[in-house]
Amino acid sequence: MRATITLAGMALLTSPAIAETLDIEIGIPRLDVAEYHRPYVAAWIARPDNSVAANLAVWYQQERRGEDEGETWLKDLRQWWRRTGRQLDLPIDGVSGATRAPGTHTISLDTETSGLKDLEPGDYVLNIEAVREVGGREMVQIPFSWPAATDTPLSVSGETELGDITLNITQDE
Amino acid sequence: MKHLAVKFLAASTALFAIAGTASAHRAWILPSTFTFSGDEQWVTVDAAISNDLFFPNHHAIDPASILVTAPDGSAVEIENAMRGEIRSMFDFKMDQQGTYRISTAGGVSYFAGWTENGERKRWRGSLEQLKADGIDQKPGVEVSQAQRSNESFVTLGAPTTDVFAATGSGLELSPVTHPNDIFAGEAASFKLLLDGAPAEGVEVTIVPGNDRYRDDPAETKVTTDPEGLITFTPDRAGPYWLTASSEGTIDVDGAPMSQRLSYTMTFEALPF
Repeated sequence: MRATITLAGMALLTSPAIAETLDIEIGIPRLDVAEYHRPYVAAWIARPDNSVAANLAVWYQQERRGEDEGETWLKDLRQWWRRTGRQLDLPIDGVSGATRAPGTHTISLDTETSGLKDLEPGDYVLNIEAVREVGGREMVQIPFSWPAATDTPLSVSGETELGDITLNITQDE
Repeated sequence: MKHLAVKFLAASTALFAIAGTASAHRAWILPSTFTFSGDEQWVTVDAAISNDLFFPNHHAIDPASILVTAPDGSAVEIENAMRGEIRSMFDFKMDQQGTYRISTAGGVSYFAGWTENGERKRWRGSLEQLKADGIDQKPGVEVSQAQRSNESFVTLGAPTTDVFAATGSGLELSPVTHPNDIFAGEAASFKLLLDGAPAEGVEVTIVPGNDRYRDDPAETKVTTDPEGLITFTPDRAGPYWLTASSEGTIDVDGAPMSQRLSYTMTFEALPF
C-alpha cells in the first residue's frame, strides 16, 4: 500500500498539470418481472476506513408536483445512506438525478471540474449500490489507487440488481 | 416526613419472586421501521408483553403509558392509539431530523407482602396507593421497589443523541454505537448507567426476534465492564430485544428497601 501511495504521489508531483478523468460505467440489467421499477442507485468513493471521499451519483425518484416521497426510500440504499446519504442536504447538483432505465450508463468526472480535484492520492474503493422497489438490493465494490491511470478498465459484475461495472482512470495529455 | 413502617427485605428473597413474575414475560416496543429518510414520516408502533419475540401472545402494554420524545426533547403526540387484548398499537409523525425515543413512562412500582389471618397477602402499586391503602401499616409488611424502563429508538435522517441524556435515576443506556446504526456482523457497543454512574457487572441479555422459527433461543449474555460498557456482534439481521437488570437497596421516605432495576430496549440490526 505504501508503495502505491508513493507512486501516486510521485505521479502528482511530477505531472501537476495533467488532469485525470474517471469514467464509470454502470450496467442496470433488464429484468423480466411482473412489477418493475427502475432501481435507486448510488455511487461513491470511500477510503479504506469506509469514510466517504466523494459522492458521485444518487439516482432516485425526483420531486413530482411538490411531492418528494421519492426520498422516503433513500434509506434502502442502506450502506450509502449510513455512510453519507443521511448527512446530505438533497438534491445535490451534479450528484442527484432521476432513476435510469435498464442499459449502460456512464459517469465521467475530471479533476478540473468535479469534487475529484480534492481527492488526495491514495487507495480508495468505488462503491455502487442499487435497490429496487419490490425487488432486491445489491452492492459491488472496485478498489483502486488514485490518481494512477488504469492500464485496462477495472471491472466487476453484479449478479442481481447490477450488471457490469467498470472503472477507468485516464490522464489527459 | 413520616417514615414508612415497613420491614427491610434483603435482595434475592422471596419478594423478588413476585416482582419477577412480570419479567418472566418479555415487554417490548416495536416500531414498524427504525431508520427513515425524507422530510417527514409516520411510524406505527406495536407494544406488548409476550413470551415470543416479537409475537403478541400474552398482554398489551397500555398505550397511555407510552411517551415519545422528539430529537429536540419535546413531547410528541401519539395518534390512533389502540389497546388490544394482547397488543397495543399507536402512530406518531416525525417532522424533525434526528432520533426519537419511544418509552414507557414512570416505571416505578412497589411490591408488598404480609401475613393476615394466617394468609399470605401480596400487593403491587404506586407509593401513593401504598400509603392510601394503608399497606405500609400492615403487620410485618415487607416492601420492595421495582423500577423498569422500556425503550426503543427511531431515526429520521442522521442519528442524534440528545434523547439519550441520562436522568441519573435507575438503569439507563448511553449509546457508544447508536441503536439505529447497528449492522449484522459488526461489533456494537453500549454503556449502561446506574443512577447516572457507569454500571459495572450488570448482565445484559440480547435476543434476536423471530424465536418462534427456531429451536435455539440464540441469547447472547454479556456483562458490563468497570466503565459500564458491553460489546457484542449481532450475528444476523433483524429486530433484537435487549434487557438488563440489577438489584440494590433504596431509601424510600426513611425506609430502606430492596430495589430491582431493569432496562429493556428493542433495536434492529440491518444486513450489511
